[in-house]
Amino acid sequence: MANLNELKIRIRSVQSTQKITKAKQMVAAAKLRRAEESAKAARPYAERMEAVLGNLVAGVGDGSNAPKLLIGTGSDKVNLLIVATADRGLCGAFNSSIVRQAREAIVRLQGEGKEVKIFCIGKKGREQLKRLYSDLIVKSVELIEIKNVGFANAREIADEILQMFEAGTFDQAHLFYGKFKNVLTQIPTELQIIPAKAPETSEVPDISGGVYDYEPDEEAILNTLLPRYLAVQIFRALLENAASEQAASMTAMDNATRNAGDMIDALTLKFNRARQAKITTELIEIIAGAESV
Amino acid sequence: MAEKLKFSLVSPERELFAKEVDEVIVPGTEGEFGVFAQHAPVMSTLLPGVLVVKESGTESRIFVHGGFADVTPDCLTVLAEQAIPVEEMKGDVLAAQKDAAAADLKAAQTTDERLMAERAVAVLASF
Repeated sequence: MANLNELKIRIRSVQSTQKITKAKQMVAAAKLRRAEESAKAARPYAERMEAVLGNLVAGVGDGSNAPKLLIGTGSDKVNLLIVATADRGLCGAFNSSIVRQAREAIVRLQGEGKEVKIFCIGKKGREQLKRLYSDLIVKSVELIEIKNVGFANAREIADEILQMFEAGTFDQAHLFYGKFKNVLTQIPTELQIIPAKAPETSEVPDISGGVYDYEPDEEAILNTLLPRYLAVQIFRALLENAASEQAASMTAMDNATRNAGDMIDALTLKFNRARQAKITTELIEIIAGAESV
Repeated sequence: MAEKLKFSLVSPERELFAKEVDEVIVPGTEGEFGVFAQHAPVMSTLLPGVLVVKESGTESRIFVHGGFADVTPDCLTVLAEQAIPVEEMKGDVLAAQKDAAAADLKAAQTTDERLMAERAVAVLASF
C-alpha cells in the first residue's frame, strides 16, 4: 500500500536527519572544549593589557594631546558597527541574536540622525544584514578557512579598522559579538572600542612610593599600546564568538536530535497502526470472501 | 641568594611563563636592561630580540617580537606579541620569521618602523 511506503520513506529520512544532527552535536562538543580552552588561555594577556592601559591612562590624565583613539575625534556623527558572527549556520539563534542587537543599534543611531557604517566579520551576519542594509556595509571579512583563530587574524582586522579610522571614515566604533557565559547561555554584547573606554583599574599597583619610569615616554607607549589594545579586544571577541558558536550549535543540535527522535517515535507508531489496519482489512476480505461461497 | 622576581611572559594566545626567577634581561627600546627583584617601576616597549631568563644558574632564552615590559618592584610582566623559545627557532619556524621580518622591512614607512624591522632581521640572522 502506498501509504505504508510513504511512511517508511519518511521515517528513514528523519532517521538520516537525526544522524546528521547527532554528528554535528558531537563535533560541536569536541570543538567547544578547544574553543573554551583558547578563550581561557588568551585571558591573562587581555587582563594584563587592561591593567597596563589603566595605569597609563591614569598617568596621562585628560591632556588634550592624548591620542585620538583614546579621546575620540570629538564628534559622534559617523558610527562604525563591527558585527562579529559565525561563518556557519546550524547553531540555533546565535547569529540572529547578534544581528538583532546590531539592528536595534542601527535603528537607534539612525533615529538620532547619525550615520551608520557596518563592518561584518563572519558570513552569516553579512547575509542577514545585507537584506536590510546592503548599502551600509563598507567591508566584510570571512574567517571560514581559518580553523583556529590566531592573534594575527585579529591583528589584520584591527589594522584595517585603524586605517579607516585614520582616514576619517568614522568617529566611533562599536563591536558586537556573542559573549560566552556558559554552554547554555551566550549573551549578545555591544562594546565601544573607539574611543577606547579606559578600563577601570581594579587594583592600584603597589609601586611603593616609586613613580613609573617610561621608556620611551608615556605618549609613545600609549600610541603603540592603543592599537594593540584594539587588536586584543577584537581577538577576545573572536575567541568568545568561537566558543559561543560551538556552545549554541551543541544545544541546538541536541534539541534537533531529540525532536527527530520524537518524530521517529510518532511516525513508527503511525506506521505500525497502518500495517495492523492493513492486515485486519485483508483478513476481513478473506473471511467475507469465504462466507459468500 | 636575594629575593626572587615574579616573572610572567604572556602572548595573546597563551601564558608562556609564570614563575619566580633570579634575573631577566629585557630587550627594551632604549637598550637592554636587566631586572632583579626590587627594581624601580618601569614601563618600556620592546625591541625584537632575545629575552634571557636566569634562574638558579640556568638560563633560558626566548625570542620576543613586539610588546611591552611592565616592571614593578616585585614582579615583571612581559606582554609580547610573539614569543618563541630560542631552541624552537630553527627550520620552518625560523624561515617563517625571517620572511615576516623581510616583509615588514619592505612595508616599513616611518623611520621607527624601519628601525624595528631592521633590528628584527638582524636578530634573526644571528640564529
